[in-house]
Amino acid sequence: MTGQKVVAGTDTTIALRHVLRRSDFKLDVDVKIPARGITGLFGESGSGKTTLLRCIAGLEAGLTHDRRPVHRRGVGYVFQEPQLFPHLDVLGNIEYGMRRCRAARVDQGQVVDMLGLSGLLDRKPDGLSGGEAQRVAIASVLLRSPRLVLMDEPLASLDQRRKEELLPYLDRLHDELSVPIVYVSHSIDEVSRLCDHLLLIDNGRIVANGELHEVLSRLDLPLLSGSNAGCVVDARPQRFDKAFNLTELAFSGGVLTVPGRYESRDRSVRLRIAAQDVSICLSRPDGTTILNVIEATIDDVRTVGPSSSLVRLAAGEDYLLALITRRSVARLDLKTGDRVFAQVKSVTVRR
Amino acid sequence: MVAIGNSSIFAPLLLSAQLALVTTILLLLIGMPLAWWLSQTRSGFKPVAQAIVAMPIVLPPTVLGFYLLILLGPNGAIGSWWVQLTGNALTFSFSGLVIASCVYSLPFAVQPLQNAFESLPRQTLEFAWTQGASKLDAFFSVAVPMSLRGFVGAAVLSFAHTLGEFGVVLMVGGNIPGETRVISIAIYDSVETLNYGDAHRMSLLLLAFAFAVLLLMYMINRRWSTR
Repeated sequence: MTGQKVVAGTDTTIALRHVLRRSDFKLDVDVKIPARGITGLFGESGSGKTTLLRCIAGLEAGLTHDRRPVHRRGVGYVFQEPQLFPHLDVLGNIEYGMRRCRAARVDQGQVVDMLGLSGLLDRKPDGLSGGEAQRVAIASVLLRSPRLVLMDEPLASLDQRRKEELLPYLDRLHDELSVPIVYVSHSIDEVSRLCDHLLLIDNGRIVANGELHEVLSRLDLPLLSGSNAGCVVDARPQRFDKAFNLTELAFSGGVLTVPGRYESRDRSVRLRIAAQDVSICLSRPDGTTILNVIEATIDDVRTVGPSSSLVRLAAGEDYLLALITRRSVARLDLKTGDRVFAQVKSVTVRR
Repeated sequence: MVAIGNSSIFAPLLLSAQLALVTTILLLLIGMPLAWWLSQTRSGFKPVAQAIVAMPIVLPPTVLGFYLLILLGPNGAIGSWWVQLTGNALTFSFSGLVIASCVYSLPFAVQPLQNAFESLPRQTLEFAWTQGASKLDAFFSVAVPMSLRGFVGAAVLSFAHTLGEFGVVLMVGGNIPGETRVISIAIYDSVETLNYGDAHRMSLLLLAFAFAVLLLMYMINRRWSTR
């Protein structure tokens, strides 16, 4: 049995209200998400991510409240495995949805360009690589001018190299298009890179809903403890050290030095700092191989496991998380308000 | 060439071809929605429907012919209605043969179509719906073109099976030249009247045709599956 309202809401938010009862599973979701940007839907396998997407699209059987058929919902769906029509060429595939929508609001040339498809238009789907096929699928979905796009782990079926190839295209979608996207993933890395807003789902329920940085800096979410714990910082490239191939990136709490060259001064890069890569010192460490030491204030300390604690550090307007042992917390007597130094062992540049 | 010029062979051959063609077209039209329903339904009635559709495969043509004779006869449920509508009897007419052939060859149209529809990936259809296609639209724009192989199989098998039918035709249609005297009946007739020459020619023709059709189908199948 299902009770649900698909996509209602104001211009700035989209309301998702879905209740679905199965014999062994219950989905009960009632949230509002922003009507722009990418909203990540993160959860473990079996938590109901795909079921929620299928409810939004109207693909689950037994919908009672909202009986609108799938094709009238204006909701585009990018499946994990690209579902192209084998009897049509690439152009036919991307025009399929376009021909069926009332008012095309998206420019075909722009999308074809953005996803790098101009050389593929006369190819048949069975001659495409996995990454190319997924790009074609994404283009077809966008050109159908949906009010909401659902992406169900669109990178999961690709190997690491293809993933790295496709990610920049997704970044461009984010920057150049206004259509809101709900992006399902079980990789916190992917979510951190792409999303602006984050929903956490556990056992059919939304356990957190908020702006990406804010949700990632919470200490009370079991889903985001351990190796998933970490925060995201937006920083601007400052100086490139040619001799050592390092770039200095400035964020509100100081400067982080990362390997490689990042030059776009006008555009910030997103850094993910995993909590397990951050350690805490009471005084500025001397003689360390670690490049990045950030002065910070302890904002909160919370026990997250039998032997581990998560510490939130405020540095400027940003937060860093540190995953340390409970014994260290006790030995150094760490408490809210203390001035400390965070040693950051590694930083991944996300875009 | 001699065979074609010979009208005692030519007329039954033409009639058989007409019958098979009309039956094939009708069966594709009937079989398409029926096979689609069978491939998509989760109804408890599905095994019953499948058993009914498959019955002509196992029933002796005489049994099928006998029931059809009763049903299509001037006093039968369908036959009497037909007489009212057109003034003619269905039995021992070309129209009656078409109906009988459709029943007789139904499984040969439905099963290849059903197999093709069942092997369609569910998500491809779901993708078509989310792309703005109604169920009917998605059926014709995605399911049908993706099942072309099933349509070819259904058409070839229906045509060939109808061409080869004998028992049902004999029961329902008899042996009226130009109306119900199809090639299989003509062969039987030739043998009965010891006209082995005609029997040879017609039999050889059917033999060659059956082989050619099946060969073509398997060749097409192979090309499709290795692609």
